Amino acid sequence: MTDPGVALGGQGLSCVRDGRLLFHQLDLQLQAGQILQIEGSNGAGKTSLLRILCGLSEPREGTVRWRGDDIRSCRQDFHRQLLYIGHNPGIKLELTPLENLRFFQALSGQEGSENDRLNALELIGLYGYEDVKVGALSAGQRRRAALARLWLSRATLWMLDEPFTAIDRQGIGHLEARLADHVQAGGLVVVTSHQALTVAGCPVQPLHLQ
Amino acid sequence: MSAGHAWAAFAGVLRRDLKLGVRKRGEVFNPILFFVLVVSLFPLGVGPSPKILAEIAPGVIWVAALLATLLSMERLFRSDFEDGALEQLLLSPHDLPLLVLAKVLAHWLITGVPLIVVSPLLGVLLHLPSEGVIALPLTLLLGTPVLSLLGAIGVALTVGLRRGGVLLTLLVMPLYIPVLIFGTTAIAAAASGLPNSGQLALLGGLLALTLTLAPFAAAAGLRISVD
Repeated sequence: MTDPGVALGGQGLSCVRDGRLLFHQLDLQLQAGQILQIEGSNGAGKTSLLRILCGLSEPREGTVRWRGDDIRSCRQDFHRQLLYIGHNPGIKLELTPLENLRFFQALSGQEGSENDRLNALELIGLYGYEDVKVGALSAGQRRRAALARLWLSRATLWMLDEPFTAIDRQGIGHLEARLADHVQAGGLVVVTSHQALTVAGCPVQPLHLQ
Repeated sequence: MSAGHAWAAFAGVLRRDLKLGVRKRGEVFNPILFFVLVVSLFPLGVGPSPKILAEIAPGVIWVAALLATLLSMERLFRSDFEDGALEQLLLSPHDLPLLVLAKVLAHWLITGVPLIVVSPLLGVLLHLPSEGVIALPLTLLLGTPVLSLLGAIGVALTVGLRRGGVLLTLLVMPLYIPVLIFGTTAIAAAASGLPNSGQLALLGGLLALTLTLAPFAAAAGLRISVD
């Protein structure tokens, strides 16, 4: 499954927010089977960089390339390969975890079965909470409901913004194991996190934003 | 991506928004409550004379329906913007205009259809002649989807602003005026026994125009707002 052509690249990326230059002439490259961890203090532009890489925001300068093509010219192809879980993951408090997952699967064009979804919820530790409205769950459980998508997604490239917020230590170990599986299968991961990330069998590339 | 998957995404958005509408019942009842209250205050404010009430009925009911729609528009993309679901829509491999259309359809089913259903009752309340009472829901059936679709463009452009409400009204109101004029004159013509197919055809034309163009404009607006 490892394809040397699979690569996410950013060339000469610059970002300006509210008149402040967050980063300038930033280059990055990611091959299949690699993890990139974006680090930096609060307000350094981690989320801004992630939003530029996934195509939600336009960089002031520079281009983002997916398999050599500018992502603006191959948006649909790129987004089919992409799983983005932002700081606000788009989970609806009025729906149950199961209903939320069903919506995300419909949106990404997958025909997942109910069993797959229940299985994913069990793996993320929400067994017994499938039919409870997310609004009644704790902060950590809400985040887990969003992260259950990692067990359902068939996307190659994962972009996760602070995925470990409010997750307990056991849950973090679980997620790191899932990231290791994904990377070993030839996937790519871009993650912003303050925590040191230990993924078995794969060195994490750090990218430090000033 | 195959057309089947695109329709699955369309149906997924529609189903989720209808479910959310049912679970947040308070927000659903606000526009219809506003509509009924405003119209039912007119006989008290203007006086019970059937002649005057029948004359102002088309305008009163249409203005109330227009404002009820406008008031409900803001929540079309608001909660999705705040909880990140809008980003997920933008990052979907499907065409964004199609997903926007699903959201507008769900919104119209939840807020527009109840207005149409109760409108004949309000027509009777205002002593509208029976021909007018028949024409009234028909004009709303053609007109309220146009209001929702035009409103979606305005909401898409203002959803990222903290106080977008006033700007939304200023943006959208001029576009609503033709719908209001054709809607009320169609009812007035029917009430006085004249043919109104011209006005209805114009409303239908506006609906066809907005149905095909507004989702694209709203999708472009959302990409700018989320940037």
